[in-house]
Amino acid sequence: MRTPYAFALAAAVLAALAAAPLFLPDYWTGVLLGMTGYVALATAWALFSGPTRYVSLATVAFFGVGAYTVAVLNEALPYPLVLLCAGAIGAVMALVVGLSTLRLAGVYFVIFTFGLAELVRQTVSWWEVNVTYTMGRYVFLPFEGRHIYWQLLALAAVTLLISWGIGRSRIGLALRAIGDDETVAAHAGIDVTRIKLLLFVISATLITLVGAIQAPRWTYIEPSIVFNPTVSFMTLIMALLGGAMRLWGPLVGAIPLFLLFEWLSVSFPDHFSIMLGLLFILIVFVMPNGVLARIETLRKGGRA
Amino acid sequence: MLEHVVNGLVLGGTYALVAMGLTIQYGIARIMNLSFGDTIIAACFATYLLFSALQIGPILALLILVPAGYGLSLLVYRVIMKPLVDRAPDEGALEVDSILVTFGLLFVIQGVLLTIFGGGYTSYSFMNTAVDVLGTAVAANRLLALGLSLVIGAALVIVLFRTRWGMVLRDVALAPDSAPLFGIDTDRAARRAFAIGGALAATGGVVLSMFQTFTATGGVVFTMKALIVVILGGKGSVPGAIVAGLLLGLVETFVAAYVDPGLTLAAVYTVFLALLLVRPNGIFGKA
Amino acid sequence: MKNAIGQAAGAVRRLSIHAAAATALVAATATAGLAQDSDTVTIGYAVSKSGPNAGGSDMTVTPNYELWVEEVNADGGLKMPDGSRRMIDVIAYDDRSSAEEVVRAVERLATQDEVDFILQPWGTGFNLAVAPLVATFGYPHLAGAAVTDKAPDFVKRWDTSFWFMGGSADYVDALTDILVAQRDAGAINDRIAMISVADGFGIDLVKAARPAFEEAGFDIAYDKTFPPQASDFATILGEASNAEADTFVAFSYPPHSFALTKQAKVSGFNPPVFYLGVGAGFPVYPNIAGGSVEGVMSLGGIDPDNALNTAYRERHEQIVGRAPDYWGSVLVYASLEMLGQAIERVGLDRAAVAKELSSGTFSTVLGKETRLEDNQLRAINWVGQWQDGQFVAVSPEGGDGTAAVKLPKPAWD
Repeated sequence: MRTPYAFALAAAVLAALAAAPLFLPDYWTGVLLGMTGYVALATAWALFSGPTRYVSLATVAFFGVGAYTVAVLNEALPYPLVLLCAGAIGAVMALVVGLSTLRLAGVYFVIFTFGLAELVRQTVSWWEVNVTYTMGRYVFLPFEGRHIYWQLLALAAVTLLISWGIGRSRIGLALRAIGDDETVAAHAGIDVTRIKLLLFVISATLITLVGAIQAPRWTYIEPSIVFNPTVSFMTLIMALLGGAMRLWGPLVGAIPLFLLFEWLSVSFPDHFSIMLGLLFILIVFVMPNGVLARIETLRKGGRA
Repeated sequence: MLEHVVNGLVLGGTYALVAMGLTIQYGIARIMNLSFGDTIIAACFATYLLFSALQIGPILALLILVPAGYGLSLLVYRVIMKPLVDRAPDEGALEVDSILVTFGLLFVIQGVLLTIFGGGYTSYSFMNTAVDVLGTAVAANRLLALGLSLVIGAALVIVLFRTRWGMVLRDVALAPDSAPLFGIDTDRAARRAFAIGGALAATGGVVLSMFQTFTATGGVVFTMKALIVVILGGKGSVPGAIVAGLLLGLVETFVAAYVDPGLTLAAVYTVFLALLLVRPNGIFGKA
Repeated sequence: MKNAIGQAAGAVRRLSIHAAAATALVAATATAGLAQDSDTVTIGYAVSKSGPNAGGSDMTVTPNYELWVEEVNADGGLKMPDGSRRMIDVIAYDDRSSAEEVVRAVERLATQDEVDFILQPWGTGFNLAVAPLVATFGYPHLAGAAVTDKAPDFVKRWDTSFWFMGGSADYVDALTDILVAQRDAGAINDRIAMISVADGFGIDLVKAARPAFEEAGFDIAYDKTFPPQASDFATILGEASNAEADTFVAFSYPPHSFALTKQAKVSGFNPPVFYLGVGAGFPVYPNIAGGSVEGVMSLGGIDPDNALNTAYRERHEQIVGRAPDYWGSVLVYASLEMLGQAIERVGLDRAAVAKELSSGTFSTVLGKETRLEDNQLRAINWVGQWQDGQFVAVSPEGGDGTAAVKLPKPAWD
């Protein structure tokens, strides 16, 4: 299929998804909302972590900062400006973090990013308690589930578009070289640090925006709600399941996993943890490189 | 001042005790075990059960639960970890696989504990008596944690550096690929290291349950504390884990005393992140 | 490149399959909803069965929901205005202590399961997270386990919401009254050492406590917060005891309350007033403290002479298998009794039930004539103290269902 057709198809699907809340009951809008949120998170995460193979657990640090920005500013500024602020704060924070940490590698980066998320959470808590004296903020914005869903849908589409654009550009090529072998890439004249930093900032900004957009859904914001480490782990698992190296991988991971979690919590409310755990172990054993890679191997196997 | 040093060391002893098992599992068996904290919690509940239902005291429970921890970990390694180790093309792949699979295991353990014990807070009183250490009243059960971590740490160092078997383990940790060339059974070494880690987790759980309130879902907190200590100390380094554990205890205590108790955890993460940037391989790690 | 487009097309294909599956599911469940048995009343709730909130839910909320449903069903079901009875069907979800999850669970209960009534989750934050939805869907919102000073605002914003646990200022004022009486009697000095957990509950209380204590002429000599994950209190208690205050106040959660007690015993820290947060009113507390809890104070408390309450505690122990806590449980249970009686009077019409709840008078375990003021329960025991193995409600002089406070607290054993 040619690119224009693919785009037309994608636009049609997007339009259908955007129209869905008009026909679906609120609950399914809620499911679509949660799902779209994770598609955006996983795709944004994979934007940086896929090609560089830096497994980041800082997702919730940015996500939470986005949500908190909305909680703090929602009464002071008009909503679009609030989102802009959230994005800017996320970008600056990513720049600072990126500059200081991107030389760490492997498990050290993983743990660092986890520590970062906790540090941000502790600092925000301490600040709220001792400086502003307000733990727990209220977000009363006139949004229903579908309004939030539409914003997330737009953000997810933009994220995919950015991911697609990067994949086609020279940066994408450079990235693949870095992923294969960083030293070789550096010798080939690629400014490794700068590219990694750029990607990290883009990815973190998008993640911050997801948090900012989702904040009005909870009415009440406090650190334990928005800095919930589960968000980081879920994002990671979804992207890895689909395949973090591919454009559609995170999406293909996020949708079935999200529906599966939903089904598990409806059908096995008392044994969710056990089922989830067993499933995880199963995924590692059966599909170590993600669903898309698995499908590809199956296809190749069929042809051979 | 002195009382803060004493309190800090006693607190740090707990961290060191919890972290030693993880550093061995990660450093020698090369399994990044995210379900480590949940193993500790399982041991906490087992101790509680033995104590409240069968009147078996926690000290006696050590004799039952430590071998049980060893045995169960051995089983987990054989059934779940071994296939992953065999198929992993390189260390990075094994790292990712082990993170994912133990993440699943974490939920399984948690789910089982939830089904059996429910989600409530559990705590009991044992050895909660004051012992005078240099003028500071310290809880006997916490002192036991510090004592055990020092004794076990010393025993492990002696085994690792003074026995043939320890040398084998260290070889596997340093050069897993070339160790088989010297006739070393890496699989057996890794299996044992993983099981020793499990036994240490059980030890930690038994001791912790005496003074800490625990819930079925509280394991992550221990895993993360232990992980920080392991990375700070350098992976696979038992002395490193002890030094880093004590250091964290001191940092928390001094920040609580002289800065603000609200910043203790923020301070821990700051020290951790800063040290990671300066010495990415930990205090005792090799560059 | 061609490959990438192929992938894209494949993904779109898969996406449409998912969408189709989702639509099919919607259709299937919608018909199931219609076919629902009209002889039963469906009650749904999402509570934290796992995650950090599970400890609180498991103590105060979930057992009372289960107890009430079991009792009603054993009785033959909920009474309707026409005298008939309908059995209760329960749909219970686990919100896994996640705000997004609890919000979606309520959407599911309202639009998917189409339950007749929704019971609320544990905790102030989660009650607020679901409040707009519960109000939009037109359900009465009985917030049994949520402490908030903003309840008067919330009942204006969501006029079908009902708040059963009071606000921080209420708890603090009641404690201040006791402290003032004790100081004026010369039993304690005018210094207070205060610590609080850094989350919504602790901060709300400490924010109310600072001005209240100072206005009453107390000097807050030590005032610190600690992170919710804190487990070691040796240093904090050491610093607090250096403050030479006769009153120690900790707005803490159960793990901290337990650890504080153990540490206080070890360091021999025994101020005349020893006040803890949640957890000190749990039935397991004396066991955790190693027996000596006489004189320890906290939120809540019961009237041991209230036969209704005593009977409730016995039933709870019988059916749930353990005793309820001495603070929130009885309030949650009373809210359910009120719901049941409101249904008995006006039927299953949710708007009518909400109206009845805000204006009616009910017979509950709290007393024969329980009623709400401005949609809030005000007849709450604010301060309790361990006296002779019971956690009883106390006031400066006693009376009106409370005992006189006994201070100074005796030494730990």
